[in-house]
Amino acid sequence: MANITVTVDGVRYTDDVEPRLLLVHYLRERVGKTGTPVGCDTSNCGACTVHMNGVSVKSCAVLAVQADGAEITTIEGMANGEWHPLQQAFHAEHALQCGYCTPGMIMAAADLLRTNPRPSDQEIREGLEGNLCRCTGYENIVRAVRRAAEAGATS
Amino acid sequence: MTADTQAPQSELGRARPRKEDARLVTGQTNWTDNIVLPGMLHMAFARSPMAHARITSVDLTAARAMPGVIAAFSGADFADEQGSLPCAWPVTEDIVIPAHPPMATEEVRYPGEAVAVVVARDRYAAADAAEAVDVSYEPLPPVLDIRTALDEGSPKVHAEGNKSFVWPFTQGDMDAAFRDAPVVIERTYRQQRLIPSAMEPRAVVASCVGGEFTLWSATQIPHILRVMLALVTGIGEQNIRVIAPDVGGGFGSKLQVTAEEVLAVLVTRKLGRPVKWTESRSEGNLTVHHGRDQWQRIRIAADRDGRLRGLDVDLLADMGAYLMLVTPGVPLLGAFMYPAIYKMDAYSFKCTGVFTTKMPTDAYRGAGRPEATYAIERIMDELAAELGVDPLEVRERNWIKHEEFPYTTIATLQYDSGNYEAATARAKELFGYDALRQEQAERNLDNDPVRLGIGVSTFTEMCGLAPSRVLGSLAYGAGGWEQASIRMLPTGKVEVVTGSSAHGQGHETAWSQIVADQLGVPFEDVRVLHGDTQISPKGMDTYGSRSLAVGGMALVGACDKVVEKAKRITAHMLEASENDIEFVNGRLQVRGDPEKGRTIQEVALATFLAHDLPDGMEPSLDSDATYDPENFSFPHGTHLCAVEVDTETGMVTIRSYVAVDDIGKVVNPLIVEGQVHGGLAQGIAQALYEEAVYDDEGNLLTTTLADYLVPSAADLPSFVTDRTESPADNRLGVKGVGEAGTIASTPAVVNAIVDALRPFGIRDITMPCTPERVWRAIHSAQENGGAA
Repeated sequence: MANITVTVDGVRYTDDVEPRLLLVHYLRERVGKTGTPVGCDTSNCGACTVHMNGVSVKSCAVLAVQADGAEITTIEGMANGEWHPLQQAFHAEHALQCGYCTPGMIMAAADLLRTNPRPSDQEIREGLEGNLCRCTGYENIVRAVRRAAEAGATS
Repeated sequence: MTADTQAPQSELGRARPRKEDARLVTGQTNWTDNIVLPGMLHMAFARSPMAHARITSVDLTAARAMPGVIAAFSGADFADEQGSLPCAWPVTEDIVIPAHPPMATEEVRYPGEAVAVVVARDRYAAADAAEAVDVSYEPLPPVLDIRTALDEGSPKVHAEGNKSFVWPFTQGDMDAAFRDAPVVIERTYRQQRLIPSAMEPRAVVASCVGGEFTLWSATQIPHILRVMLALVTGIGEQNIRVIAPDVGGGFGSKLQVTAEEVLAVLVTRKLGRPVKWTESRSEGNLTVHHGRDQWQRIRIAADRDGRLRGLDVDLLADMGAYLMLVTPGVPLLGAFMYPAIYKMDAYSFKCTGVFTTKMPTDAYRGAGRPEATYAIERIMDELAAELGVDPLEVRERNWIKHEEFPYTTIATLQYDSGNYEAATARAKELFGYDALRQEQAERNLDNDPVRLGIGVSTFTEMCGLAPSRVLGSLAYGAGGWEQASIRMLPTGKVEVVTGSSAHGQGHETAWSQIVADQLGVPFEDVRVLHGDTQISPKGMDTYGSRSLAVGGMALVGACDKVVEKAKRITAHMLEASENDIEFVNGRLQVRGDPEKGRTIQEVALATFLAHDLPDGMEPSLDSDATYDPENFSFPHGTHLCAVEVDTETGMVTIRSYVAVDDIGKVVNPLIVEGQVHGGLAQGIAQALYEEAVYDDEGNLLTTTLADYLVPSAADLPSFVTDRTESPADNRLGVKGVGEAGTIASTPAVVNAIVDALRPFGIRDITMPCTPERVWRAIHSAQENGGAA
């Protein structure tokens, strides 16, 4: 067992964890952040994307021990009194259907807008290449990210 | 009550953002895998690493000794109670339906088949213990190709042989249609095997308290599952509650009764503690039912002017190792769709269902209809090429004209309405069809290494499954009705209970719009409940683009009953004649004296108080309604796709895609457009990217999303969508939209690729049309001197 301290959505947690425990399972099963789902076991789908120290990571590809000392933001930490512009835009543009990929898609899109606040549609498509959606055909996801960018979302 | 409590305008047709989103965009979703119960244990399965083998021993000693392990069971441990997984669609009287135990006991018949289950305190310990299960196998030969599986001497999947059924259908005089026909074209098309790939992996939680079972499952079909669990396990149906919490997509893959669901119930019964199982993606690719997998031999006879005389389809359908819930029926849904939108004199169809040592196939978005549409739309292009006519022209010469509806097709379906001319004209306009044809001709003339191809797909589908009598005549093991209930609450708010079970479709929003419209109450005042057999005891669930055309109509029926009773109560309150009460925008008022009246909310309160109701009237405004459709509904559309094919690399790029769909009236255009987009993506994925591949020994090679290429945003184009509208034969005027995009887009894309490469003599490319396959087709055509 290893002892780790992780800040998740603004709250500090200290836990003993198995060295092999994945960050996503730590978040879901130890911290109770079930808003971040698991969609695959090869880090292809991106459903589990969170921010680690402000940068998007696939939390199935990070060990909990690697997050020791880190600040993690999940989808549950995105709203600040009101919904984050990306959350609002995904809703307004109908950029989700079943919603399973949505947390990861929003977290990845937030990181995209941090590095490129005014992406073209093609840059949005390429920027979200690591996040799979099976419902929307991505059309409205692209529209939503564009809308959030226009609304000035930069992280 | 003031006017602002009433719905200000018709809700139908409003682009309402969805109610569901509030929990989905904030991470407050209730996926099955989120559920934690006190004392809950975790299950993991030991699965066959072989396609086909005899089990000689299962040793659980080491697994049971692992830390954190509570129990481990082999198939033999459940032999007396696990029963056989159900097939609810025995399509012929002599169909072979082999026994399908949830855990194999003697033989494994596909890679991934469960042979043992371990139960441990956490998911990591369970996964470790599953690795420690020691199974000895005696390998048996795999059966991998349905084209040779029926040969004498082929290894057998089951003792009964490899043939499950033969289902024939003929209408009209085939000999006359083909005899002396000036044009006869025959092709064989391959429908590759697909993996549905809903983003949420399957998950199950089961608990048993005092003999009463609750099963949470990531399922499309809580109601059907409840019935089937009772039949398989012998547990009384009254003691089973099935809950489908938030479900992350299905596309048919969660229209199933699975081994893992049955075993979760059996394990929780045995151990007296709740259990959870969540699949990994690689486990899911092996063991979630697959889709498609057919060989289609199709033959048409036509006159010189392109008029179709006859159509002959001989289909080989891969059932996989067992028949699951509707496995054998899926290809037969296509039987009725091969004639598509066309008139002809004769039609013959034969489907042979064949067993292989692969994961069973079953419903996947479109279920039989995409396959049929692909084959007929591909061969219509061949007919156009043979005659030297534009592909849209040859279609128009054959399609049912809008003034000919209602029309009974050669496949005996009664198409109620349609306007193929209108949809096609609109699609051509949005696409810039003539200009693109011009550009294509110029680039061909210039020998441009990047060729332009234009693909056409007209289509119709039968959806709104389905009239119960028709299902009965097809030996389907259920009805096709749907159920809805309205509960008028004392405060004037409304609870709606629906038997259709959404998993991403947006029922909570669309159903709220329908009820708001029917009852004249605010959209926000309606709450929709679904997906729990204790809350919505009756239902036929969500599949086959049926929810709105069937479930939506059940809502209308339930609202009607509320209004009728509210009229009687209002008449009593106002001392008016019931016949004088009219219902206008949520108000029950006296005809000719609209000032005199009550809102539906006031009537709801008066009914709750029950101080002054007509003699003998029950104090309730609630209602139940069940709707059984009289006919299928028949959405249709015209899709046009332009591709650029780089003849030096084989790379195909979709340059533009136009979809014009006629799905009748629209409740929520946002939701409808989203359904079309998603459908297009899945159909395009079949054309370009996805294929489940088994190697020569029967191992599945595409077990991950790195190997099975679900497309990303970067792999898909932007879509242009529009609608035309012809009436549908129900009061809402709705048809169904969930599968349309998937049905039309696959042939549109492949037709475009073949169209680009026809100057090279290429007339088919097997899906998925990967760069390698396209490149090889070009080179092979060039080596053969342009006559492929």
